[in-house]
Amino acid sequence: MKDHDTLEHRLAEQGISRRSFLKFCAAMASLMALPPGSATAIAAALAQAKRPSVIWLSFQECTGCTESLTRSHSPTLESLIFDMISLDYHHTLQAASGFAAEKSRDDAMKEYYGKYLLLVDGSIPTKNGGAYSTIAGRSNLDLLQEAAKGAAAIVAVGTCAAFGGLPMARPNPTGAVAVSDLIKDKPIINISGCPPIPAVITGVLAHYLTFGELPALDELGRPKAFYAETIHDRCYRRPFYDQGKFAKTFDDEGARNGWCLYELGCKGPTTRNACTTTKWNGGAGFPIEAGHGCLGCSEPNFWDAGSFYTPLSAPTADITTVAKIAAVAGVGAAVALGALDRAKKRQAQQAHEKLTVKDL
Amino acid sequence: MNPQELLYWVRGTGLQIAAAVFVSGMSYRMLHLVLLGRKKSLATPRGSEWRSGLRTIWRRSLVMPELTARGRFTVTAGSLFHLGFFITLLFLSQHIDVLRAILGFGWPALPRGVIDITAILSIAALIALLAHRFMDPVKRLLSDFQDYLSWTLTFLPLLTGFMLLRGIGFDYLTLLILHTLSIELLLVVAPFTKLAHMLSIFAARWYNGAIAGFKGVKV
Repeated sequence: MKDHDTLEHRLAEQGISRRSFLKFCAAMASLMALPPGSATAIAAALAQAKRPSVIWLSFQECTGCTESLTRSHSPTLESLIFDMISLDYHHTLQAASGFAAEKSRDDAMKEYYGKYLLLVDGSIPTKNGGAYSTIAGRSNLDLLQEAAKGAAAIVAVGTCAAFGGLPMARPNPTGAVAVSDLIKDKPIINISGCPPIPAVITGVLAHYLTFGELPALDELGRPKAFYAETIHDRCYRRPFYDQGKFAKTFDDEGARNGWCLYELGCKGPTTRNACTTTKWNGGAGFPIEAGHGCLGCSEPNFWDAGSFYTPLSAPTADITTVAKIAAVAGVGAAVALGALDRAKKRQAQQAHEKLTVKDL
Repeated sequence: MNPQELLYWVRGTGLQIAAAVFVSGMSYRMLHLVLLGRKKSLATPRGSEWRSGLRTIWRRSLVMPELTARGRFTVTAGSLFHLGFFITLLFLSQHIDVLRAILGFGWPALPRGVIDITAILSIAALIALLAHRFMDPVKRLLSDFQDYLSWTLTFLPLLTGFMLLRGIGFDYLTLLILHTLSIELLLVVAPFTKLAHMLSIFAARWYNGAIAGFKGVKV
């Protein structure tokens, strides 16, 4: 890392004014719910921040997380900030391939041992020695364990890395697990979402560069600044939920009037993410604004949480068949025990000896 | 098990277990009651059993003028609770979603404001009934553990449901788990406690009325 690699220097080179930079810092402070004075601290820290080495490992994933970042509404300051990290290894984005690519990873791991940030997207297959996903002949499991040793911190990008995601969905044929299931001795931050919001990744990196530590996390290891509230809490359709006005189909009058999508399976009430505030595609909107319910993609096991189109209050299993079988069983038990009772009664009647005058 | 997995369990397997226990338990108890049978009366009927039985089922739900103040309070508060409970149960849109998934059909929901009122009414009536049970020496003497258990098991779904609907106290995920679990607990326990009156009351009332009708007593 050289001194002229500071963010201030790089931004000036790319024609970004200090005014724009300060606006970005204020936006980041606001986004992460930091006190107003923090914007200045972020600006001062980021301006002098050197490019931290980042190694990005992609395992069992669809590259959607990388797509989310690289196809974010660009060029933005967020993407430029992302340029400011020294992305020493990312097998989708880097120019090098084959042996050269693996060598750049090895070199970065040696040179910045104990200092680099390890970003992981995708889950890690563990069945059969991790044979289901390999890079350069080595299993994901092996690569993660090796890279985690020298990492200052690990950022699990996307729901697959954070919670196992789609590869871990039942029946989980590859034995996929999340990063936190394997690595226990390093600080891990989960940026869940399928894909995660680019500004959340940038925000976490800005926080790390400013304060030298990871932001406050919730019980699932996600930054509280972005995952403290549910989609439902901040949804612009919330007043319709409170009034009990629900769209019944995707094209009925309720849907056209923008009523709540709860009955169409929206998982917003049980999903924590910042989609409603940061939005997607340069602030154009988020899924509910486009007329589709939230899928709950930033929560663990969202693939296995029942149909996307079943309301949250409705059962996720077949209750009708169970009830029918139970009714037959109940009736059967009553008839059997009733017959037994009658048989006992008959026996008692037959065994009954009438009292005669003689007995008295 | 994380909270999302727990929610999935209570909405799936948990509800299946509760439904199985409730349906099998209630159908067993009701049919067993009928199968116990009575000896055929050899007397000549002096009136209609059915007419009198059905009339009694309805009449016992009304507040009768001849009741004492204590009886009037119990019946009034009890009726308010039951009315509020059933309107909330059957006409809240989220409940209709559940019933539609089980029965295969649904019906229009009542406005949320009405449901708020019925839920609050039934919660208030239950609290008043509990207070009366504590304060009234006769009721207190007659009450046993099962009475307080039944009250708690009925109160919890109403309370957690109202908190869920209005976002009070906890987050939606926690409240939805608590609400569903409280209903499942009620379903599992109901067939084996006094809560089985939800069906047996009709048989008991009908039988009382039918005896009177058979004897020609006007009810």
